[in-house]
Amino acid sequence: MSNIALKLFKALGLPEKLSAAQVIKALLVPLSGILVFLFIWNIAAQNIHTSLGEFPGPSQVYAQSVNLLAEHNRERQKEVAFHQRQDVRNAKKLEKNPDAVVKTRPYTGKPTFIDQIGTSLVTVLAGFFAASLIAIPAGIVIGLNKTLYSAFNPVIQLFKPVSPLAWLPLVTMVVSAIYVSDDPMFAKSFVTSLITVSLCCLWPTLLNTAVGVSTISADLNNVSKVLRLSWLTHVIKIVIPSAIPMIFTGLRLSLGIAWMVLIAAEMLAQNPGLGKFVWDEFQNGSSNSLGRIMVAVLVIGLIGFMLDRIMLALQKKVSWDKSVELR
Amino acid sequence: MTNKHLELTGVDIDFPTPNGPFKALSNVNLKIDRGEFVSLIGHSGCGKSTVLNIVAGLYQATKGGVLLDGKEVNEPGPERAVVFQNHSLLPWLTAYENVELAVKQVFKKSKSKAEMKEWIEHNLRLVHMDHAMHKRPDEISGGMKQRVGIARALAMEPTVMLMDEPFGALDALTRAHLQDSLMEIQADLNNTVIMITHDVDEAVLLSDRIVMMTNGPAATVGEILDVKLERPRHRLDLADDPEYNHYRAAVLSFLYEKQRTPGEPIAQPAKKQAPSTPAADKTPETCASNSTVNSARTEKSPTDEQAA
Repeated sequence: MSNIALKLFKALGLPEKLSAAQVIKALLVPLSGILVFLFIWNIAAQNIHTSLGEFPGPSQVYAQSVNLLAEHNRERQKEVAFHQRQDVRNAKKLEKNPDAVVKTRPYTGKPTFIDQIGTSLVTVLAGFFAASLIAIPAGIVIGLNKTLYSAFNPVIQLFKPVSPLAWLPLVTMVVSAIYVSDDPMFAKSFVTSLITVSLCCLWPTLLNTAVGVSTISADLNNVSKVLRLSWLTHVIKIVIPSAIPMIFTGLRLSLGIAWMVLIAAEMLAQNPGLGKFVWDEFQNGSSNSLGRIMVAVLVIGLIGFMLDRIMLALQKKVSWDKSVELR
Repeated sequence: MTNKHLELTGVDIDFPTPNGPFKALSNVNLKIDRGEFVSLIGHSGCGKSTVLNIVAGLYQATKGGVLLDGKEVNEPGPERAVVFQNHSLLPWLTAYENVELAVKQVFKKSKSKAEMKEWIEHNLRLVHMDHAMHKRPDEISGGMKQRVGIARALAMEPTVMLMDEPFGALDALTRAHLQDSLMEIQADLNNTVIMITHDVDEAVLLSDRIVMMTNGPAATVGEILDVKLERPRHRLDLADDPEYNHYRAAVLSFLYEKQRTPGEPIAQPAKKQAPSTPAADKTPETCASNSTVNSARTEKSPTDEQAA
């Protein structure tokens, strides 16, 4: 038990040796908050009746999460069995006739909850990276040039608040029209979700990078001028390091938005991720559906939280003033 | 003495403001010899930094101009290295890397990698920072940061070194240490230095000439004081030196009597300086006779009369 607590402390970045009072503060206070929440949730759930039955309380949600895991394991076993059968069949065929053409077919079972989490993560990270790859360089260029900044600022402000749901039909049509290939590397639904995510999470990184770059101290700029640094050296040696904290603020905001947008995008684009899971369960409408959706809600929250922690760790690693603190 | 090393001629600068242009400097004339150590002194906001920035090429004069060895200055460059008031080191680089950035830029064609390393270390040794050269700015004290800033400027092998209140943010002891270091280095390398300061003692101790500026707007050179103290100078010996005190009093009288800013409650310190004014009365004579004055403006006349 104390071992688990220690690991938890480490994960939360707390010192390993704590006094009793610190333990209470660090562990018991958040824990009691969670307990109060579970209690209220339980009471409230019992009093909400829907056409699909009672609203799921903590215990139903727990049962469903066990269920979903079991389904995943069953599906994996089926897949293994399928491949074994196929291998045996193919081996027999080759035994009879060494020249026979054997076909290896992929397993076509439906994706499980765990698979869908994986798809969502891949989609969100791809969209986020695509957006960052555009937003950081663009932000640097716009931030360094006041004219460009005033030219593009209205456009950025205009697109920043646009909901993913507004973009999605347009993106879908454009992807269908342009992304035509007999053997597509990615599914259209994936590309559509990715672009929608990118379009929505571009803006915080772009704006924060631009602001970070434009607020470099005048002294450092003067140093650069006195040294006659070339534009590129100036950007690499002075602009980017001093804008790193702001860039990361933007990136963290962007990743948060990307994750939120993704669920909506997947629902409508039918990309096989968590959004589609929620939508399918909603359409399915069994007595377990609400409980399963609630599991998805909690998992979405947990993953969002973890993504932010990962970005924070990365920021600590890259940022020069924090790395000193860590030492 | 006809062909001057650094020459400011009729420099005016206007800054645009919403209420029309603001004339910060008007007709600044200054000639500086090679190897000379010149201090600019004056009240806050009188345009000392502006003069320095014009020489550095960071600002452009509206009228007039700056000649360095016969060439017009119109952009910043490493031959006019600047030591900034708040050190301006890149906080994400170590002391060594900060100097390296400058050295790589200035000597990328003329020095090999090993030579550059030796040169960087040499300059850090010069300012007594070789023991902490792989530390970042936030791991070293304010005085040490300023040392690195000076090493960075020296490493560019500047023709003129420009120092903008280099020791302004330091405590008195650290400042004294750095002043001594600077005098040593100056004696070794014989650089041309222009330094801005608020500190009268610092100005007298370090300078060959002290340029006193009138209050802004439209500030200009008020008086120039030649400091003919022998080098090497030692602060302890100078403390009781009557000549040193003359110079000191001359600067003080300029700052607190002739250039007292109306509206600022400077009247108190000015009165405190009163005991030293008898000495100050004599100095304008020395000052007028020794200085290569281009100024001789109206501010001077009352004291001239007194002296006469």
